[in-house]
Amino acid sequence: MPSVIDIRNLTKRFDDVAAIDGIDFTVEPGSITALLGANGAGKTTTIAILLGLLLPTSGSVRVLGEDMLRHRYRVLGRMNFSSPYFDLPQRLTVRQNLSVYARLYGVGDIAGRLSELARDLDLVDLMERPFRGLSAGQKTRVMIAKSLVNRPDLLLLDEPTASLDPDSADWIRGYLERYRQETGASILLASHNMAEVERLCDAVLMMRAGKITDRGAPQELIDRYGRDTLEEVFLDIARGNGQGASDKGQGAHDKGRGAAA
Amino acid sequence: MSETRYPGMGPAAAAQRVFALVLRYVYLLKGSWPRILELAYWPSIQIVLWGFISKHFTGEVSGAVEAAGALLAAVLLWDILFRGQLGYAISFLEEMWSRNLGQLFVSPLRPHEMIIALTTISLIRTLIGVLPAAFLAIPLYAFSIFDLGLPLLAFFVNLMVTSWALGLMVTGLLLRVGLGAESVVWMVMFLIAPVSAIYYPVSVLPDWLQAVAWALPTAHVFEGMRAVLFDGVFRLDLLAGAMLLNLFYFALGVVIFMWSFRAARQRGLLHQTGE
Repeated sequence: MPSVIDIRNLTKRFDDVAAIDGIDFTVEPGSITALLGANGAGKTTTIAILLGLLLPTSGSVRVLGEDMLRHRYRVLGRMNFSSPYFDLPQRLTVRQNLSVYARLYGVGDIAGRLSELARDLDLVDLMERPFRGLSAGQKTRVMIAKSLVNRPDLLLLDEPTASLDPDSADWIRGYLERYRQETGASILLASHNMAEVERLCDAVLMMRAGKITDRGAPQELIDRYGRDTLEEVFLDIARGNGQGASDKGQGAHDKGRGAAA
Repeated sequence: MSETRYPGMGPAAAAQRVFALVLRYVYLLKGSWPRILELAYWPSIQIVLWGFISKHFTGEVSGAVEAAGALLAAVLLWDILFRGQLGYAISFLEEMWSRNLGQLFVSPLRPHEMIIALTTISLIRTLIGVLPAAFLAIPLYAFSIFDLGLPLLAFFVNLMVTSWALGLMVTGLLLRVGLGAESVVWMVMFLIAPVSAIYYPVSVLPDWLQAVAWALPTAHVFEGMRAVLFDGVFRLDLLAGAMLLNLFYFALGVVIFMWSFRAARQRGLLHQTGE
């Protein structure tokens, strides 16, 4: 089965600064893959390119078998996205917002799909309330509902549990796990929460200064770096202590892909 | 599997997306009666103010009755242009203010579908704004813009197209520069107002400025309006001039918007908009 995401030699430069510097990676069908890295590592830029919001300087981007640089409209309806850096119209109610996006994505039974999402994401009592009046946790649930309105085959999530209390965050993780199991969808998420990544993800891509410095299954990385948690591995890489392991990381390139599969 | 009714490529899917975006703006209007009131408020205040001024001069100056009618017609037609452009650009600004622009452009919505949705909502907002003022002038000043007959429709269509062309250029600028260019939305109409021959004929302008005026569709429309009111003649040459110029400026607006959209994708501006 072909990869859901296949990125080769991807580079994005802003003037003289390389936000992404020649990265390659794949995401396999049905997997949950994490993009990890410190602020400015290139995670959000990578996701923006995958969504077609940003044009790369060079390289190829294939999503769901299509060339995103030439035919992104063939696949945008099969993808979706959520990020704390975007919002929904504040004055519209939750139902109005979700119904607008359901129409944009060409959802058939809009009322049915909205009822389903309201039930699954505990939004029933919030549907008639304006988006601006919701708490951070409620807004995140609505954003997740928006990102699932078309039952995407590929879900891109930028820090899906940022600013949530531990209970709400755990609830969202559980929901995403169930969604993946039930639909076979693939998920690529950028996160700073290492516990989240350990729990959810089959594969991890470690980014630093626009490059992928290491990759593999969470436990593989922990073992490779001789650490107890993924957070310690993250700190090693973010602080440059993982440089020695970086070569191993390159060698483990295929292992990482295998884990993703 | 994704639950998509259409593969997303046909005209039915495109119409559905345009409808979705128009619905989003209608929801916004429906949810706030002060917004609807505000749309009608300024044109109505304008017509009341200029109506009484013209009534005053009608009693003072000979031949001022026709001039008063022309002034009121000019006020109403100018509002069509002004409200049309605002309706287009402010609807786009709403997406930037609510940090929703990136969400829209990662959906299957195409830029040209957004343009169609914005022109539709601009038309709706203009009608909500200008119709009450037009009806108000009938009992207050015994002046009905509808007496212009079919030429009114020609003027209306041309002014709406001009307003969309300007809206396209302004939103293109907003895509390139971001909310720093927000004030241009309100300023741009006043830039062309002096050379649009709204309240006075083009011949009043100095020769070099007359050339500028005739390069704008608005001058053709307002001169056409005066020809109907003063001479009872509907000048097809002016209509043709306005239509050709509108065609050019609208196409230019589309080019500027699409070019700005591509530049925004190159520079990463689509996911950095917001207050």
